[in-house]
Formats: sequence, structure tokens, C-alpha cells
Amino acid sequence: MQAKKRYFILLSAGSCLALLFYFGGLQFRASRSHSRREEHSGRNGLHHPSPDHFWPRFPDALRPFVPWDQLENEDSSVHVSPRQKREANSSIYKGKKCRMESCFDFTLCKKNGFKVYVYPQQKGEKIAESYQNILAAIEGSRFYTSDPSQACLFVLSLDTLDRDQLSPQYVHNLRSKVQSLHLWNNGRNHLIFNLYSGTWPDYTEDVGFDIGQAMLAKASISTENFRPNFDVSIPLFSKDHPRTGGERGFLKFNTIPPLRKYMLVFKGKRYLTGIGSDTRNALYHVHNGEDVVLLTTCKHGKDWQKHKDSRCDRDNTEYEKYDYREMLHNATFCLVPRGRRLGSFRFLEALQAACVPVMLSNGWELPFSEVINWNQAAVIGDERLLLQIPSTIRSIHQDKILALRQQTQFLWEAYFSSVEKIVLTTLEIIQDRIFKHISRNSLIWNKHPGGLFVLPQYSSYLGDFPYYYANLGLKPPSKFTAVIHAVTPLVSQSQPVLKLLVAAAKSQYCAQIIVLWNCDKPLPAKHRWPATSVPVIVIEGESKVDFAFTVWQSFPERIVGYPARSHFWDNSKERWGYTSKWTNDYSMVLTGAALYHKYYHYLYTHYLPASLKNMVDQLANCEDILMNFLVSAVTKLPPIKVTQKKQYKETMMGQTSRASRWADPDHFAQRQSCMNTFASWFGYMPLIHSQMRLDPVLFKDQVSILRKKYRDIERL
Amino acid sequence: MCASVKYSIRGPALIPRMKTKHRAYYITLFSVVLLGLIATGMFQFWPHSIESSGDWSVEKRSVRDVPVVRLPADSPVPERGDLSCRMHTCFDVYRCGFNPRNKIKVYIYPLKKYVGEAGVPVSSTISREYNELLTAISDSDYYTDDITRACLFVPSIDLLNQNSLRVKETAQALAQLSRWDRGTNHLLFNMLPGGPPDYNTALDVPRDRALLAGGGFSTWTYRQGYDVSIPVYSPLSAEVDLPEKGPGPRRYFLLSSQVALHPEYREDLAALQARHGEAVLVLDKCSNLSEGVPAARRRCHKQQAFDYPQVLQEATFCMVLRGARLGQAVLSDVLRAGCVPVIIADSYVLPFSEVLDWKRASVVVPEEKMSDVYSILQSIPRRQIEEMQRQKWGSVSNPLFLPLIPPQSQGFTAIVLTYDRVESLFRVITEVSKVPSLSKLLVVWNNQNKNPPEDSLWPKIRVPLKVVRTAENKLSNRFFPYDEIETEAVLAIDDDIIMLTSDELQFGYEVWREFPDRLVGYPGRLHLWDHEMNKWKYESEWTNEVSMVLTGAAFYHKYFNYLYTYKMPGDIKNWVDAHMNCEDIAMNFLVANVTGKAVIKVTPRKKFKCPECTAIDGLSLDQTHMVERSECINKFASVFGTMPLKVVEHRADPVLYKDDFPEKLKSFPNIGSL
Repeated sequence: MQAKKRYFILLSAGSCLALLFYFGGLQFRASRSHSRREEHSGRNGLHHPSPDHFWPRFPDALRPFVPWDQLENEDSSVHVSPRQKREANSSIYKGKKCRMESCFDFTLCKKNGFKVYVYPQQKGEKIAESYQNILAAIEGSRFYTSDPSQACLFVLSLDTLDRDQLSPQYVHNLRSKVQSLHLWNNGRNHLIFNLYSGTWPDYTEDVGFDIGQAMLAKASISTENFRPNFDVSIPLFSKDHPRTGGERGFLKFNTIPPLRKYMLVFKGKRYLTGIGSDTRNALYHVHNGEDVVLLTTCKHGKDWQKHKDSRCDRDNTEYEKYDYREMLHNATFCLVPRGRRLGSFRFLEALQAACVPVMLSNGWELPFSEVINWNQAAVIGDERLLLQIPSTIRSIHQDKILALRQQTQFLWEAYFSSVEKIVLTTLEIIQDRIFKHISRNSLIWNKHPGGLFVLPQYSSYLGDFPYYYANLGLKPPSKFTAVIHAVTPLVSQSQPVLKLLVAAAKSQYCAQIIVLWNCDKPLPAKHRWPATSVPVIVIEGESKVDFAFTVWQSFPERIVGYPARSHFWDNSKERWGYTSKWTNDYSMVLTGAALYHKYYHYLYTHYLPASLKNMVDQLANCEDILMNFLVSAVTKLPPIKVTQKKQYKETMMGQTSRASRWADPDHFAQRQSCMNTFASWFGYMPLIHSQMRLDPVLFKDQVSILRKKYRDIERL
Repeated sequence: MCASVKYSIRGPALIPRMKTKHRAYYITLFSVVLLGLIATGMFQFWPHSIESSGDWSVEKRSVRDVPVVRLPADSPVPERGDLSCRMHTCFDVYRCGFNPRNKIKVYIYPLKKYVGEAGVPVSSTISREYNELLTAISDSDYYTDDITRACLFVPSIDLLNQNSLRVKETAQALAQLSRWDRGTNHLLFNMLPGGPPDYNTALDVPRDRALLAGGGFSTWTYRQGYDVSIPVYSPLSAEVDLPEKGPGPRRYFLLSSQVALHPEYREDLAALQARHGEAVLVLDKCSNLSEGVPAARRRCHKQQAFDYPQVLQEATFCMVLRGARLGQAVLSDVLRAGCVPVIIADSYVLPFSEVLDWKRASVVVPEEKMSDVYSILQSIPRRQIEEMQRQKWGSVSNPLFLPLIPPQSQGFTAIVLTYDRVESLFRVITEVSKVPSLSKLLVVWNNQNKNPPEDSLWPKIRVPLKVVRTAENKLSNRFFPYDEIETEAVLAIDDDIIMLTSDELQFGYEVWREFPDRLVGYPGRLHLWDHEMNKWKYESEWTNEVSMVLTGAAFYHKYFNYLYTYKMPGDIKNWVDAHMNCEDIAMNFLVANVTGKAVIKVTPRKKFKCPECTAIDGLSLDQTHMVERSECINKFASVFGTMPLKVVEHRADPVLYKDDFPEKLKSFPNIGSL
């Protein structure tokens, strides 16, 4: 009923407004309740509606706001051509008005795509660890080029992270150093990373040198200084933030009801005077010592005793009583008030701890705000309404809290948990701006598995990825796999089958071809099989693949396969171990005869770094392990093993030489070392164990075989 | 200063009713503007639904009767718009005092006719569109006629079209509004900003701190998080009824329908058409129109004439090129016709871009790439185009969307629903208590006429055992989110399920950990479409497929208890309690509907109550029972409006189940085959 009305309104409203409803943000109450009328009739005494103030409904036949010929005449009377207008814009809008259109040279990205050049590091130039990590992340990414003539974007090897003059990390003479770079070109197509700018007492957002037309990837940036769709707001991260991998989110399970011991917590420094001190100075008004625990300390800096106010001693005692981590992990909401600067470490800490951040930092452009919808993961408060914060968050529905909390975890793991993710997110945002018509939409950025794992170059259609079937209301299509079924009476010669195979391999939707050889004739000799660009798997017997395929349709984002392998932590050697023994659990399935989404081929080729792919190519081994690593890193889930024939028999075309390699003792050692190399590139061990296998519903049941759909499997 | 005010009171019957679609348009427009304004604030948690209180009426007045206000030439002019304004600097939140029951209140200034010193009006009094917009606001729940309670103020001075007003005098009129205060919390609406020769992209009327809902902002004039970009209203498509058209290929691939284009664009378009022939249609003004046809409704290609906006429905993609202004009314026409807009207007801030994902409904092409537009559009997959044409997405939003595998350490809570079968209940308790991951056992005592056995008689088990007594003998009691459930995993088990082994239950819990958002259960069932009867049918025979698991023995997330108890649609809960049946089917529907996922059946077991029982448990064989269960499925499918159950062909077994491998090395050796 409600939906019906909704569509009615949409149709009749008939404009782009229609799109809004898909966001669900807007609610139309269908009932024609007359609350307003009641309001009017019930309003006696207190307020008399004066007819003078009430908006009447003018029944007159009024004129439209625009005469029908106005636009036509105006538009054709313009003298400036669109090209001139563009040129004029790009010459006017510089500096604080920079936009991609006016300050970025798109032509540099045309030929080689989105390539990023990092200036060579100068001898004697000190670079702090955080910036080293940023540079390493870029150099290890698929965007990196060492050739400036190929580059679309340039990154300095001068440490620009800390521009606080009082800081020991501060790099002097940056202005002249930057100007002397011969590729500088007044900062055009340059990206400058910065975490801290300005210093006591006013903490300006000026980085202390002329950045020309360069883009800023800056923490704590204010909306006033932020140049939309040009700068990138990044989170403030500590020097201990890991380069790759990073800690998992703290949330291990969803609790119902989603409330934790504390409703709202904060623990941090208090600045008694000066910029940004008001907010934290006022926190004690809201602190109740029970479920709202907001603690501040005055004890920081050299001579805090001199400036302390009457509250300091009491505050400091309270402050000591609580353990920060304990609070963080046991609170539903975490207050993130501004410090001297707009951003604070509390933000990422809260995000990781699955504590929904309550922002109290007016004018802070939130990290990656261009793509992340923070309303799904945080409460954006107003410093001026501090006293209303408790009642606001108490009024938030539990379902909303459950969703907010899960979203903090998704965002943390997708974009924030390591320096590499922060850097890659920054680069991907810029890439999306440059190639606008092949960029990620808001759904991709804000839903699992997130923008870094979903490459829009693969397809602009969400249904081509294995992650959005539910969002689109689609079923996983069955056309991704070509299954060639060869049955006895039909196959007198193998030629038609081979022709079909060639034809199928040409289809753009064909990721792989499975030939089910189910006839009396022997398989054609190896050299007679045509060369195809897609993997061909020949399996004798029928139903196994059919069954695996139906399983895959239920889990299209995972690998579904037969022989399984496992990993374990080898304590004595302090490294990861690989086992092919029969175990009660597994974390990989061999991809020789596995079903997985075609997209993973693309991701394997385009997401993984050349170093890993080269290793695999040189060893002619481990590609299946790498694929398992990749898919589990994306899905955060184990693969799926289905019933397997014990006398597992398969021929992998073009890989027959491989069978002999299994006997090779080096082979096993190689796989072991592959695992450790992969784990170190990922920065953590993405593989996850599973203890179950999926069998047909009636598998091995004591019921007539005629009742069973997958009879072949029974014979295993 | 004021002319006499006259009231012309008419009966409601005489009032021409506003066309519903116009009203809906403006109600929507306004609510989105509010949504855009509050998207960044704490206000997001304020209830913001909008109500139109349809058919009520007050006294009506004519615009002819509005008072006249004469503005002295030297009356103050506000400062120009402050580009650095943001909600936290220029907006007074204190006027919007927080109150959970209260909504943001909007006040509309009474309509007046402003004239300059010479008596010349500063603008047309009010246009049809602005009147409708203000009426929509006054009809909404946000409206207040009490200026002291207002959070937002909307002047009734019509600023929609800058062309039809005098800039300085209009500004003076704004400045003398009773609560102007530098424009703080004042919301202005404008669709056509700027004027010749530069056509600025924001309203030129000096407006100080006022918020602007404007059509045609560029990135340089738009104050993100303060202004709201709105579409330019097009009377053309609003007046013509266009039939709904499904997605799919259309006669023309690309259509340009705008008549007033710069010659430079005309050249580009002509080149496109020359290169791609029939697929591209470029329309222009008609040179020789027959009498009586409004020129705006006809477009021509050479001698061939087309009806506008109907012709938009013949094309897959429709160009929306910038003109003198960035915002173009044709965008509204194009969207309304279900044509995918190709927006070519650099630096244009698309309408409602802060809440709308334009990438899902349009193609934005840089002006410089206009000559490549055809190949760019060609590279879009067909199904993506259909998706954009549809402009809507059937979305399932799983409340447990984060991929998580909960740690084993937490364990699960078993809930046994019982009435009076104490002996069997005690057996179940004893069996279940052997499962290593059991952390608590909850007995829901559903018998109001009999007390549960004394404490001393209950089996002694290693985990806490709690008995909950219910007020009424309802099946729904099994799914109540009891506070005593401290784990996320719940095992619902009937008091006669004595056959499940500890290995089977422990394994079921391990499988649940891998699928915490699904029902993971033992007895599987199936729904089928009965072609003869033309309705759904319940199936419990040996099938190769499952679409439900019975909650007589199933693991699931505690959240679903909460959903079942508080969010079950329609009268399903009452139906279940009245029929004393089908609570499990209802739970299967609920979970499948909210997650879009199938159930997981674990282990091969078919017998649950006794070794001698038939494979399908006794009760289920009863024919009337089957009929009733089928009825439930049909009833629930009609309440849900869809069949959410998903059919699968697999069940979960331990990795080494039936493998030729020493039993003692298997984690779960004791998996019954019956």
C-alpha cells in the first residue's frame, strides 16, 4: 500500500526527484492524517493564528515563472562559445578556486592511463616513517611508474606530512626545494600529502609553501579550505599505523540488543585556552559518570600546572580511573571532538573499535567525504548542540545502531586500516575523477567489498560483479560458464565438440569452458585440442560439475571447488605452513577444477602487483594459492568445498605436464614459500578455515538412487 | 504603507483543486531540499517524514488583494552572498531547538507586492510555480504560521527567475523582512540564475547569509553542505502525460532535442549525426509550423516534425547540454521520459547531488569529449543501460550485512519450547548439554495450567539452566528475544528431538558460525508450485532440494527473534498463534525476505524423534497437517507480496563425512545417517 502510493507520487512528480526514493532517505507517510488540522484546532489560547501570517492558497490563474520563449532567446544570444567559456574558467579559477577543470591537465593521463610518478629520493633528505610508508605504498601499487614522461600524477619525495614549524619532523626550506624541481610545473598534476599544518596559536591550514596548482591530500581539512572534487580529505593516522594489512575491525559478532556498557565515551586532552578549547572544556556538562563518560586531562605540555583551572584536579583524578581501551571497546558511541586541529586520532580509533563516532568538529571535511557516505557510519553532531548529544543518540533506533556499527567495520577494513589503503583510496578517488564515465558509484564505495576491490574498468554494470546480486534483485547468471557436455550417441566424431569449444571461447561472457566427456570414445589426443584464450577443463562423468555449479550460484562471490588444502601457523619455524593432507578443515580449494566468478580473473590480472604474478609465472606454481588469497581477502570468507570423487580424475588442457610436478619435492617447498610471500604482501593472512563440505541434499542417504538427482556422486 | 486588506471568502467547492501531480512534485522538491540541508547535521536523526493533509481548506484570498509595500530608494541592501558560509558558521541552530516530537518548522512570509519608489513593481508578484511550491510547504508537516517557532524562513518574494525581477530592489525587499537578520536561516528558491551577458551560476540578488536552493550552480558558486542544487522545473513534461515505458532498445540511440544551442555545439552534433546516421537524431526548431500547435511542443529534423516531449521516449540516450545556464529544464523532460540523460556541462553541480547517486542514472561526459560521446555510450553494457532506464533497484538490505565469522568461544543458547512432556524434555536437556559449545539452556514453559517441575528434579547439567514461564500458550513465545539469551547464536529445539547427537549439534553450530545471517537447521522442507491448483504447496517427502528448515532444531541469530517479535509483517504472528502452526515457516519467510539468502540444511539426518519413527516425523505425515502447511505458505507469500524462499540443492556435511578415513581422526564422527 505504502509502496503503491510511493510509486504513484513518483510517476506523477515525474522528474529526477524520482531517483531519491531509491535512497530510502525520504519517507512519505501515505496516511492522510490530519495532524496539522488538529494542531490548528487544538491551538487555542496560546497562539491565535492570524490570517495575516497564514499562507493562503491562491486560487488565481497565475503566470508561469518563465515565459516559454525566454530560455530559447537567451540561450541563443550568448556570444561566448563553450570552448571560450572553458578556457576562461580555467584561467580564472586558480589557487583556492582550483578544480580539476581548471588546475589539472587531463591530457597527461590520456595515453598511459592513471600512472603515478614518485620523485627519486634525494640524499640527505630526511623522510619520516609515515611518509616513507606512503611512498612505498604508491611504489608497490599498480599505478606506479618510474618514468615521469608516462605519469599522470606526481608525488614529491620531500616529506610534506608535518608542516608544524615547532615539530622535529618539520622540513625546512621546502619552498625553494620544491621550486627547484624541474618537473614541478607550478604543481600541476601534483599530489601533496599532509597530516599537520600550522602551529600554535592559530593552527592555520597553510602548509607553509606555495603549492601552486597541486592537489592536497590533507588531514583535518576544513570545509572552507577544502576544494571540492580537487583536494582529498584523508584521516589523521599515527606513525605506528601499519604500512599494509592492518588490524581487523574489533567487532567479532553482532550483539542484540546492540547496546554496550557505555552509551558515549571520550578520553583525551583538554586545552584550557585558545583555538578549539571550547568544545572539550564543556564536555564535563554532559559527563554523568555512568553511561556517558567523558574524561579530559589537563596534564599535557610542560607547564600545565601554571594554567590549570579549578576543574583540572578533579578531571585528572577521574581521568586516571578509566582505561581507554576498555572504554572504547565497551561503548556504543564514541565522541570525537575537535582538538587543536579539526581531526583527531580518536576518529580512527573509534572506527576500528566498532564504536560509532559522534563527530563534534564543526567544519571538518570528513575523510574521503567525496565517496564515503558518513551518515551510514557516524553521527555528525554540532559543537553548538553539545548538550543535546545524549538525547540525540539515545533516540537513535537500535536497528540503526546495528547498521552504523557494521558500517564502521566495513569502512575501517576497506579504506583505513593501513597506510596502503589510505593511499590507494586517495589515488582511486582521483582516478575516478579523471575517467568520470568509468568510475565507481556510491553503492560500490559504500558496500562490501568496497571501492578498492571493485575495478570499474572491468564493467560499468554492477550485475557483472559477484557482489551486488542482492542489491540489484538479480540472480547470478548462468551464462558465465560454458559447459560442453559430450554424450555417447551424439558424438561420433570429436570434431564438432572441438569446434564448439572454439566458438564458445570467443564469447565475451565465457570465462572458462568445461567439457564433460561422458561417452565411450576416448578423449581426443592432447594436440588436437584447439588453443583457446580461456581455461578449458575436461571432466569425465557428469553430475559433479552440475552440482558444483548450483552451489556456486548460491555463493557467487566465493571459489567453489573440489580438492581442498589448508594452511596453518608453524610455530617452530615461525612461518605459515601448507598442507595437502586430509584434514577436518580447509582454507583453499585448488582452482584447477573450481568454479569462480569471471571477475576474479580480471582482479587477479589487474589488482595484484607484478611482483607476485611474476613469481607465480617463474615458478609455474602457486597461482591457485594466490587466487585463494585474493578471493578470501576480498570476501573475508573461506572457499567452499563440494563432494569430491576420490579417484579424482581430470585433465587440464595445456597443463598435463603439471601432473608430474606433484611428485617433485621442490614443488611442495615452493608452495610453502609462496604462502609466506603472499601473506607478507597482503600484510596479513587472508585465508580462513571452513569445517564443512556441501553435498547434494540426498547424498549417501538410504533411499532409492532413482530419487536422487546427482547419482554419479553417489558412486564415489 | 499598506493597502487595505480584503478577504474574499469562498466555499471550498469553488476552489479549483491543485493538480495532484504538481503538488506531489513540489512536496518532494521541498522535502529533498530540507534533506539536502540537513544531510550533514545531527538533524539526520530527527524524524523527517512529510505529510500532506490533503483536503482541508481555509479562507482563500486572491493575489490581487495582497498589500502593497513601497520600498524607499535608500532602504538597505543586504551584503552579497557570503561564499564562505557553512551550516556551522552562518546557520543558527538554536532556532531549531531540539525536541524529538518536533520537526523543523518552516515559516512563510505573507505575500506582499513590493514596488519601488516610483511605484514600479520589483518583480512579478508570484508565479504559478512558486505559489505551488509555497502551498506545498504550507501543506506539509514542517509548516508553522508562528514566526517565533520557526527554524527556517521562506520569503514569499518570487526569485525563481532572475530575469523577471529587479536585482537591487528585490534585495531591498528581502532586507526589510521582519526576521531577516542578515538572511540567517532564510531559504531562497531560484531556478534560473544570472542574466546576460555572463549568466552567473547563482542568483545575483544580494542575499548575505541566506541559504539558496538554486538550479544551475557551478562548483565555484555552490557552497557544499549549505546550498542545495535543485532541478529546473519544466512545465512541458509536467503538462503532458507520458506513458511508462519499459527498458529496452529504442528507435534512436542518441537524441539531442534542445533548440537553443550554441553554434559550436550544433556543429559537433551535426558531425555526430553525419558519422552515425540513423542512430543519432538531432532536433531543432521547426521553421514552418502550422497554426495552433505550440512551438515548444514541436521539434524538427530537416522537414520531419516530432512531438515534444514524446519524442524523448524514442531514444535510449538524450543529450543535456549546457546553454547560457548550466541547469537545463530539458533534464526534467528527459528523466520523465525514461531516457538516459547524457549530461555535458562541465562544473555543473547536478541536482541533489549530495543525496543522489547520478552515476547510477546518467552519463556525465566532459565537454571536451563531446565528439567521443558516441563511442563512450557504445561501451556501456546493455544491461547497465536497462538499469539506468529503470531508475530503480529492487534492493534487499540485509541487517547483518558485515561478513563476520563469530568466534567459537561465545557458544550458543539452546531454547527448548515445552508444554508438558517433561520426560522427553529432560532427555533433550541431557543430550543438548553434552554439546561443547552450549553456553546456556533456556526452557520456555508454555503451560499456564501446570507448574514446571521442582528445581531438584531437573537434570544436573554443566551450564546454567533457566526456565521462563509464559503468560499464554503461544507458539510465538519460542521466538521472543529473551534477555536471558546472551549469545548471538540461538538453537531452537523441540522437547521431543532426542535423536540429534552431540557431534551433529556441535557441527551445526560451526556451520552457523560460517553463516550467521542464515537459518541453519536439520530437518529440511521444500515449497513447490502446484500447477494444477495454481498455488504453492508444502513438500516434506524425500526431495533433492530444500528451501526451509524446521525450527524444531535450528540455529539462527538472536536478531531474528527480535525481527519475528517486532517486525513480522501483516497479521502473520496472530495467524500463527491462532492456528498453533507454521511459526517455523513464518520464520523461514522472514529471514529469507530480509537477507535474500537460502537456508542451510546440515547433516543427512532424517529421523529426530525416535529410531522407529518414519523418516518424516509422525506429525508431518498427517494429511490435514500438510494442507494446513500449504495454506500457510500461500498466506505468507501473499502477505509478503512475494515468494522470498530460495531453493538450494545442497546440505552441509563435515569435510570428511563418509570419506574413507579413520573415524577417530574425524572431528565429527558421530553423524547419523538417518
